[in-house]
Amino acid sequence: MILEDKLGPDADSFYTALMDTHAGLTEAESHALNARLVLIFANQIGDLETLENLLATARQNTPS
Amino acid sequence: MAYDYAPFPYTPPAGLTRPEPRHPVVIVGAGPIGLAMAIDLAQRGTASVVLDDNNVVSIGSRAICWAKRSLEIFDRLGIGKQMLAKGVTWKVGRNFHGENQVYAFDLLPEPGHKYPAFINLQQYYVEQYLAERAQDFPDLIDLRFLNKVTGHIDHGDHVTLDITTPDGDYTLEADYYLACDGAGSATRKRMNLPFNGQTFEEHFLIVDVEMETSPFGNHDTPERWFWFNPPFHNGQSALLHKQPDNIYRIDLQLGPDTDPKEEATEAKVIPRIKAIVGDTPFRLDWMSVYKFRCAKLDRFVHNRVIFVGDSAHVVSPFGARGGNGGVQDVDNLGWKLAAVLQGKAGKPLLESYNIERVHGSAENILNSSRATNFMTPKSPIEALFRDQVLHLAADHPFARKLINSGRLSQPCNLSASALQTPGAAPIPPGTPLIDAPLYDTQGPTWLLTAAHGGFTLITASALHLPDIAGIARIGINQSADYPCYRSEGGHIETRYGTDKIYLLRPDGHVCAVFDTADPIAITAARDRALGAML
Ligand SMILES: Cc1cc2nc3c(=O)[nH]c(=O)nc-3n(C[C@H](O)[C@H](O)[C@H](O)COP(=O)(O)OP(=O)(O)OC[C@H]3O[C@@H](n4cnc5c(N)ncnc54)[C@H](O)[C@@H]3O)c2cc1C
Repeated sequence: MILEDKLGPDADSFYTALMDTHAGLTEAESHALNARLVLIFANQIGDLETLENLLATARQNTPS
Repeated sequence: MAYDYAPFPYTPPAGLTRPEPRHPVVIVGAGPIGLAMAIDLAQRGTASVVLDDNNVVSIGSRAICWAKRSLEIFDRLGIGKQMLAKGVTWKVGRNFHGENQVYAFDLLPEPGHKYPAFINLQQYYVEQYLAERAQDFPDLIDLRFLNKVTGHIDHGDHVTLDITTPDGDYTLEADYYLACDGAGSATRKRMNLPFNGQTFEEHFLIVDVEMETSPFGNHDTPERWFWFNPPFHNGQSALLHKQPDNIYRIDLQLGPDTDPKEEATEAKVIPRIKAIVGDTPFRLDWMSVYKFRCAKLDRFVHNRVIFVGDSAHVVSPFGARGGNGGVQDVDNLGWKLAAVLQGKAGKPLLESYNIERVHGSAENILNSSRATNFMTPKSPIEALFRDQVLHLAADHPFARKLINSGRLSQPCNLSASALQTPGAAPIPPGTPLIDAPLYDTQGPTWLLTAAHGGFTLITASALHLPDIAGIARIGINQSADYPCYRSEGGHIETRYGTDKIYLLRPDGHVCAVFDTADPIAITAARDRALGAML
C-alpha cells in the first residue's frame, strides 16, 4: 500500500501539533501517549480492512 | 578569487560645522535593507540620509538565497538584472537521508516568468550593487559611512539623532527615523522594546569554500542539497549551495554541546570539509559558527521610529526568510511613507505597514522555526518521529511532505489587510502580481517591467480602462489610448483570466478586482488602499 498525501498544506501544522502534544513528557509517557494515539486514530478510521492494510504497511517499513 | 572589500569613502558631514535643516527621512544602517529603502524612497522622489557605522559591505557572504519576489522588487529598484546575471539560478531542492535521496521539490515548475525561483548571490555583492545604484540619486540619497548613531529622541512630530564620526559628534533632525540597524539593533535596545521568540540550542557551522571542481559531482545544474544524517558528517544535517565565483556554501549541524570558538578554526573546519570533498583542492573563504533565533518585535511602527528588516524580526536561515522578508518590508513601506510625506495619504497608512509586515514576519517565523525544530529534535521522541518520517518517505508520498529542511521564502499574502477591497478573481486581492511574458512594438517584455511602481490597472479583457488621475493603465491584447501589449504564449490569460480588471498597489499587490470598468469603484478602491478607511 502506497500512502498518498492527504494533509496538504496542513502537514507542517499537524507535525508541530504532534510534537507539542509530546512536549514535556518522559520517554515512557510519550510511548504511552503514542499507544493511545494509535487506538484513538484506529477508532476514528473505523474500518477493519483499512486498518489491517495500514498495520501491514507500517510493519513492512520496519527499519532493518 | 576572494572578494575585494574596498572601503566606501567617508566625507565629514555638514552637520559637524553647522546645524542641518530637518530631513524628511533618516535611515540608520546601510545593510541591504537600509540601502534598498533609500533607493525605493528616492525613486518616489523622497530624500533620505543613510547613516552607517561601518564603511564596507557585509563581511562574509551571510545571505545567499534571494527569492523570486525579492528579485522582482530588486528589478523595480534597478539592480534585478545585474543580480540575475551574476547569481547562480536554481529551483530544485533535494533532500537526502544518509546516501539516498528521499524527496525533491521544484519551486517554479512553470515557464513564463522574468525571474527564477531563486538565485544564490553573496550578500556583499547585493550590498555593493545597491550602494552603486544609490549613487544614481545624488540629490535624494545622502550616504554617510563611519557615522554611528549613538542616541535618538522621538519628540512626537520629529526625531533627533546623536551621531559620532571620526571627526567628532553632531546631531540631525528627521521627520521619520527608519531603524535598519540589523539584528542587534541599538535603536530597539534604547527603546527597551521586547524582542521575543525562540532560541535554538544547536550550533551550526557555516562555511564558504572556493573550489574549481563542483562538490555536487557531475550534477551540472545548481540545486539545493540537504542531508539528514549525512554520510560524510557525524551530525544531524548538512546543506550545500552553489554561489558565483566557484564558491560553495556548506552548513553543518554541530549539535548543542560544542565550543563555537574552537569549531570556527581552520584546524577543526578543514577536516570537516575534506570529509565532503575528499582531496579536491579548496580555499576557505569565510566561516562562522551560529546559534539561531526566531524573534520579532510586537510592533514595527513606534510613532516616528519605524523598524525595517532584521531590527524588526530575525529568523533561522533555513528557508531564506531573513533578507527576503526584509526586502518585502521595504517594498511595503516605501510607497506608504512617500505618500504620507508627500501629503497623498494620512499617517494611519503607516499603521498598515505595521499590520501587514507583522503578519508577514509572523508567517516567516512560523515556517523557519518549524523547519529548525524538525532538524533539531529536542527529545528522543522527537528524534524517533523524525527518523520514522524519513524512513517512511522512501515509499510513501505523504511522509515526504512532512520532511522539513526549510520551507523556502514565499511572497506574503495580504488578503486579510484592510487596504484591500475584497473580491474574487484568479489572482485575488492581497496576492502580489504574478509575472507573465508580453511583447509590444519594442519587442518582448514582462508584465513585471510594464507595471512598475505606482497604482496600475491591468486587464486582459476587452474592457476599456478608465482614465483616473494617478493610476497607470495596461491593456493586454487591446488597442487603446494607453500602453497596450500582446500576450506571449497565453500565460497572462491563464493567470489573470480574460474578464477581470485588476488594480495593483505601488508594491505590486493586487488590491481590488472588477468585472466592469467603473471609475467610481476603482477610485474608491485606490483611496482605500491609500488608507481612506483606516
Ligand atoms: C549565515 C546566514 C545566512 C543567511 N542566509 C540568508 C539567505 O540565504 N537569504 C536571506 O534572505 N537572508 C539570509 N540571512 C539573513 C540576512 O543576512 C539578513 O536578514 C540581512 O542581512 C538583514 O539586513 P539588514 O539590512 O536588516 O541588517 P544588516 O545586514 O545587519 O545591516 C545593518 C547595518 O546597520 C549598521 N548599523 C548597526 N548599528 C548602527 C548604528 N548604531 N549606527 C549606524 N549604523 C549601524 C551595520 O553596520 C549594518 O551595516 C542569513 C543570515 C546569516 C547570518
